[in-house]
Amino acid sequence: MSTYKPIVEKRVDNALTNDFLRKATRRATDRLRHNKYNAADELGDWEKWRLAGDTIRSHVIANLDYYLKQLITQVEKNGGHVHLAQTPSEAVDIVSKIARDHGAKTIIKSKSMVSEEIHLNKVLEKDGISVVETDLGEYILQVAGEVPSHIIVPAMHKTRQQVAEIFEPLAGHPLSSDTPTLTKFVRQQMRQKFLQGDIGITGCNFAVAETGSITMVTNEGNGRMVSTLPRVQITLMGMERIVPSFRELSVLLNLLGRSATGQRLSSYTTILTPPKQSTDADGPEEFHLVILDHNRSEILGDPTFRQSLKCIRCGACFNVCPVYRQIGGHAYGSVYAGPIGSVITPLLENDWEKWGHLPYFSSLCGACTEACPVRIPLHDLLVKLRARKTMTGHTPQIEKRIFQAYRYMFTHEKTLRQALRLGARFQFPFVQHDRIVSGPPPLSNWTKSKTLPKVASKSFMYLWAEAKHKGTIPTPNSKE
Amino acid sequence: MKVSLFATCLANALYPDVDLTMAKILTYLGHTVDVPDGQACCGQIAFNSGYFDDAREVARTLIDAFEKSEVVVGPSGSCIAMIHHYYPFLFENDPVYLAKAEDLIHKSYEFTQFIVDVLHKPDLGAKYKAKATYHPSCHATRLLGIKDAPLTLIEHVQDLELLPLPESQLCCGFGGTFSVKMPKISEAMVAEKAEHVLESGADLLLGLDMGCLMNISGYLEKINKPIKTMHIIQLLGEGMKNVHI
Repeated sequence: MSTYKPIVEKRVDNALTNDFLRKATRRATDRLRHNKYNAADELGDWEKWRLAGDTIRSHVIANLDYYLKQLITQVEKNGGHVHLAQTPSEAVDIVSKIARDHGAKTIIKSKSMVSEEIHLNKVLEKDGISVVETDLGEYILQVAGEVPSHIIVPAMHKTRQQVAEIFEPLAGHPLSSDTPTLTKFVRQQMRQKFLQGDIGITGCNFAVAETGSITMVTNEGNGRMVSTLPRVQITLMGMERIVPSFRELSVLLNLLGRSATGQRLSSYTTILTPPKQSTDADGPEEFHLVILDHNRSEILGDPTFRQSLKCIRCGACFNVCPVYRQIGGHAYGSVYAGPIGSVITPLLENDWEKWGHLPYFSSLCGACTEACPVRIPLHDLLVKLRARKTMTGHTPQIEKRIFQAYRYMFTHEKTLRQALRLGARFQFPFVQHDRIVSGPPPLSNWTKSKTLPKVASKSFMYLWAEAKHKGTIPTPNSKE
Repeated sequence: MKVSLFATCLANALYPDVDLTMAKILTYLGHTVDVPDGQACCGQIAFNSGYFDDAREVARTLIDAFEKSEVVVGPSGSCIAMIHHYYPFLFENDPVYLAKAEDLIHKSYEFTQFIVDVLHKPDLGAKYKAKATYHPSCHATRLLGIKDAPLTLIEHVQDLELLPLPESQLCCGFGGTFSVKMPKISEAMVAEKAEHVLESGADLLLGLDMGCLMNISGYLEKINKPIKTMHIIQLLGEGMKNVHI
């Protein structure tokens, strides 16, 4: 953690001093959260729905080999090509090669977190391909040269004014910051790009194993344009994002829309079974499904963390997380932020040095676990990640010693009693007006922003023993 | 009933009056109180930091201390939640202690839960004049499902006006070692909690966990907002002076 510590701290400082970001994060997450409560209530017994979602996802994860095989067989039967990528760079290479083979000049994309995970755009752009994000939020960030700060609302940290300023160089003239002007501008830009696109790249919310279909949920309809206009479609998916059939899909779509934005269904739910068949009016002639592993197999084989693969990427845990609320998404430094990002990033990237801070971005309040529509015990997994980090020797020696001392003290209560007596006597250098106001680290981390009560001159255990000795312990009879 | 008190490490060292008042209230209700020696901490400090082995030994010590107890009551949702929520996991490979842990789980309660749901004594005849608001601590609420019991006790205190706390579901930012490991994030969280407490218009903040209250009161004091904070036990203790506990 040492070399990355200053970077992490800087990111947190930047976030905490960015008042706009913090206000926008509060506002957006409050709105999404309240929408979600209403949409969940509407279903009646939300807990039953969560249980159903959990059951479906757990079943798929437990039988992932079977469903993957079924999905691959179906997609190939439909005439599509399936590519298995073990690492992000393999996935990037696969996409690059397809682009090269087709001499693609313009690629249009509909929001795909996997493409962020494998850092695809950079490589394609290096190959001289123009890559266009067609999701409004993603497009704003692409033009601004930034990364998403929320899994569902990627540009929520931008004001309309900022968006207007971002687009002005493209427009070549000043833009008013009202929503109709901005959306009109983007629509014009997009229309052009949609028609130019040689290849469409989409994400995949769920792949239906039984039919080899791809499901995408969007609110702008851009996913449909990306998957119908270009001749070639590439869909990127994490290997766990499968449902057995349409029956299960309906449950998960309900949970996803309601948990993400409080919508019964997102505005567009696109279910495609590419490539275009002779009886189809439109659709891509060529279809490539890229299935990414990126240590998901490792997670699958790890009984402790397997559950994290149940995630349906709804972002509900972001919207209840008091840490995310204060620092927003960028402070995490990872593609996936929020509680689920803190769980899966260290596992996917398998790098404690770089991502070891993430499991500590939580007060373990449990709000994420309560919010998760597929019942991933997120805060439990965060604790278990801390333990994994500790047990694999990635925590500082001094921390280990502190907990060894803690263990000794709190398994020897008589010694603890004496230690507290001593502590009470020798705390005076740190005491002002009867409160502890300073201290050595790590106590100073507390006293910088808060006071602390003094250690009692007599602990309760001491007082009780004293009273027992004197025979002054109250008894029920003495009171009646 | 013979009731064993789990003092909890924080109250034991910093707020012994909370434990003492808890003993007095239970005695007042006709129960014999004992405080088994050897008990120290639920182990959560080490557990939440990922030091499971250290936590397990501390937990074992606690289990041993209460082995002979009939009923165990503690003044903290968080410590009781540690026992209920994590001990089965902590001892999953130790059948002997797993059985003992299960026994402790079945007989241990957070204070307000014990008074309201087990003893059915929502009205202790307390009287206290204040405009109060209540912070529902995360572990009590989310891990133990304690929602109504503390409110029931508060609502039965005469002369006390209970005001709603905006965004009460938000964590106060304590999180045990989180508060010193991620001090700036923790401070931002407690600053928002303090904002909401001030917004509520209350002059008294109530809670059932000294950890959270220590965090919020420590911050309120630092920013010179003299809002009183009290554990529900302290409130009852003050309010029951008229019945001579």
